[in-house]
Amino acid sequence: MPDNVLEVKNLNANYITHGFLGKSTIKQVLFDINFNVSQGEILGLVGESGCGKSTLSKTILGLHTDYTGEIIHYTQRPQMVFQDPKGSLNPAKTIEWIVEEPLRAYGKYGKEERKERVMEMLKRVGLGHEYADRKPRELSGGQRQRVGIAVALIQRPKFIIADEPVSALDVTIQAQILELLLELRHEFDLSYLFISHDLNVIRQMSDRVIIMHEGHFIERGTPEEVFNSPKTEYSKKLIAASLI
Amino acid sequence: MKYILKKIGIFLLTLLGISVLVFFAFQVIPGDPTTRMLGTTATPEKIAALREQLGLNDPAIIRYFRWLTDFLKGDFGTSYSYNMPVSKLISGKIAITAALSGMSFAMVLVMSIPIGILRARFAHSIPDRISMIFNQLIMSVPPFFIGIIFTYVFGLVLKLFTPGDFIPHSESASGFWGYLVFPALAIALPKSAMVVKLLRSSMVREMSEDYVRTAYSRGNSRWQVLRRHVMRNAIIPVVTFLAVTLVDIIAGSIIIEQVFAIPGIGRLLLSSIIGRDLPVVQTIITIISIAVISVNYIADISYKYIDPRIRFR
Amino acid sequence: MRKRPNYNLIFGCSLTAITVSAIILGFFWTPFDPDAMSPAEKSIGPCLEHLLGTDNFGRDILSRVMEGAGTTLSIAFFAVSIGATFGTIIGGLTGYLGGVVDEIVMRINDAVTAFPSVLLALVVVSITGTGRTIIIFVLGILFIPSFARVVRSEFAKQRQMDYVRNARLMGVRHTRIMFVHILPNIAPVLLSSVAIGFNNAVLAEASMSYLNLGVQPTESASLGRMLLDSQSYLFSAPWQALSAGCAISILILGFALISEGLGYRQMWRPTSKRRRKVSA
Repeated sequence: MPDNVLEVKNLNANYITHGFLGKSTIKQVLFDINFNVSQGEILGLVGESGCGKSTLSKTILGLHTDYTGEIIHYTQRPQMVFQDPKGSLNPAKTIEWIVEEPLRAYGKYGKEERKERVMEMLKRVGLGHEYADRKPRELSGGQRQRVGIAVALIQRPKFIIADEPVSALDVTIQAQILELLLELRHEFDLSYLFISHDLNVIRQMSDRVIIMHEGHFIERGTPEEVFNSPKTEYSKKLIAASLI
Repeated sequence: MKYILKKIGIFLLTLLGISVLVFFAFQVIPGDPTTRMLGTTATPEKIAALREQLGLNDPAIIRYFRWLTDFLKGDFGTSYSYNMPVSKLISGKIAITAALSGMSFAMVLVMSIPIGILRARFAHSIPDRISMIFNQLIMSVPPFFIGIIFTYVFGLVLKLFTPGDFIPHSESASGFWGYLVFPALAIALPKSAMVVKLLRSSMVREMSEDYVRTAYSRGNSRWQVLRRHVMRNAIIPVVTFLAVTLVDIIAGSIIIEQVFAIPGIGRLLLSSIIGRDLPVVQTIITIISIAVISVNYIADISYKYIDPRIRFR
Repeated sequence: MRKRPNYNLIFGCSLTAITVSAIILGFFWTPFDPDAMSPAEKSIGPCLEHLLGTDNFGRDILSRVMEGAGTTLSIAFFAVSIGATFGTIIGGLTGYLGGVVDEIVMRINDAVTAFPSVLLALVVVSITGTGRTIIIFVLGILFIPSFARVVRSEFAKQRQMDYVRNARLMGVRHTRIMFVHILPNIAPVLLSSVAIGFNNAVLAEASMSYLNLGVQPTESASLGRMLLDSQSYLFSAPWQALSAGCAISILILGFALISEGLGYRQMWRPTSKRRRKVSA
């Protein structure tokens, strides 16, 4: 049994919308979530938009704080690859600055070493040094997502949450980015929580699959189990729809 | 109805807050009013007696409530410089300033709304572009400079009015209103330019909406579409801006009264500030604040009736 | 499609560049001593020696306009600096952090900005007295809410962006996120606000001086004060009023065109407050 990188126990999460003069409504979006991600694994999480996937990822990373339950990280500084690299890269800064910023925040390396690491990482995700001085808007969608991956990896995390990392991209670019993520997994000894609404992507990437519906986990297992013999009605419909 | 009651409640609370602010702001002013009132005849005994008589030795909170109740009763205190009740001093002057502001506001409406609509109707045409340049120029000229230009051109050269020779309403109603035309216009011109600009851009934006195209396709004429569809929606941001404009006009009249030597509340405010006649300053500032807040709240409430999309909690 | 040149920005920048260079020149050199009186040359109309004529004391009006515009612009500069600095800090903090403090600060802001700045300046000056330094601080403080409002709404928008979330995941400190990550992204909006701020500051300073509540004649020449003084000689020497008034208008026009050209249509006062509540 390999070690876990993440354990989530009995997680419930709410969204509060504040009204005027203290009138606020509470909406529960996650219900009794239990799961773990083991080392080296790609856990696929699939569900329709609005089912709570994004809340789950934000809660795990501490970006959403209104929850009960336990979230245990076994790795340092888990990182995230965002859906829209346009929004996750600071539009006012250059690529080099953006990729270097996590190292500055980390505060361990000198100027020279930071620069060296940035260039090395850019090269690794498939971007030449000529991109270093450009702004995010001067790059294509696929190139931006490569930068997004470089930002996530530069602090050398062991666990990455990829929240719809390819859904904003063209199909041909999607394949390249997925390929890159798989390569990097072995090279950097990574585990992924891979979130998508696209069942085909999930099937192709995952070691294990979880289907989420309205804040509940309704199905889990290996891709073969889940896709070939789904147990719930909702999963059956979802899978049937994806095959068309 | 519940909404309006709630609004009126908040309105009254705001007024109370303003009254506290104004009162205590004037408490921090250095200097003892009694020395000012007694002037050179002041002796320590006289000052002490007067302080006792005016109740200046009471705690601030008691003096505040005394001031507030007096204010509500219409007793605004006594002017230091004129030695007469402030209420008597300002009553006639408020009417003059109100007339000036009202006239100016009417001018803004009369000038800006037709021009704004015409410019939107013929947007991007050559006349539209030319008037855009004029618009921008007029917006940049301060009202008091426009007033001085008017004084020179219409008063001194063309002799349409006599600068400085203000005619009270009691003497001649037509003379009174006639004298106010140019001051009112001086305030109204830059403000109208701003309203024209906003109305035009608001209408142009509205005209590019889908529902307008649908209306055209049903065979409505351009004017019909403008009147029935575009105006209703385009007017909404303009109404808020008109409230701001009215407030600016009130502030502007304070300055313009100076240019044209109109004995309104603004001129009194200035001479009182320079003469440090604090009861007068305090009263006028409170009254102007009430006017400003009232205008804002009236604009707020009037939304309910203009914009069908707004629902109130 | 070819982009149309931004005429507003081009004209605004050129106009402001010309006036500002004339003003800077005025700090070191003016055709005549602005305060030198010459009884022999009282109220001369514009001529070759005195391009804008002389005033009732025989002082060269061009020199006085240069000095006066310098006074106005430097007061505007310091006032806008105070307003923009503190407005950015307050707006940044409230917009970034949100919550109850944000709510309270914005209510106060709404209340203050409901009043025209000249009116508020009058109130404050009636308490504090007049003078150059006081005007700078009064206008500066009065401008804080307007800047805070603009900066706050931008920060509240940016806070929701993924790049800010990403920065937090990296462990970037909040202050660094606010000023290094977010601030550059709102620079265009801030610049436009600064231009409107200059516009309002010039207008407010000129108004205050015109009302004899701004810069005192003993301190230095000022455009508003020149307008006030010129009014008594309006019929015999209209060029006095015209010079000072046009100088004020040109200064304002330059800044107005720049802010227009930067394309940010944020109303300086809360006219758009209601529109936010309209459901689409």
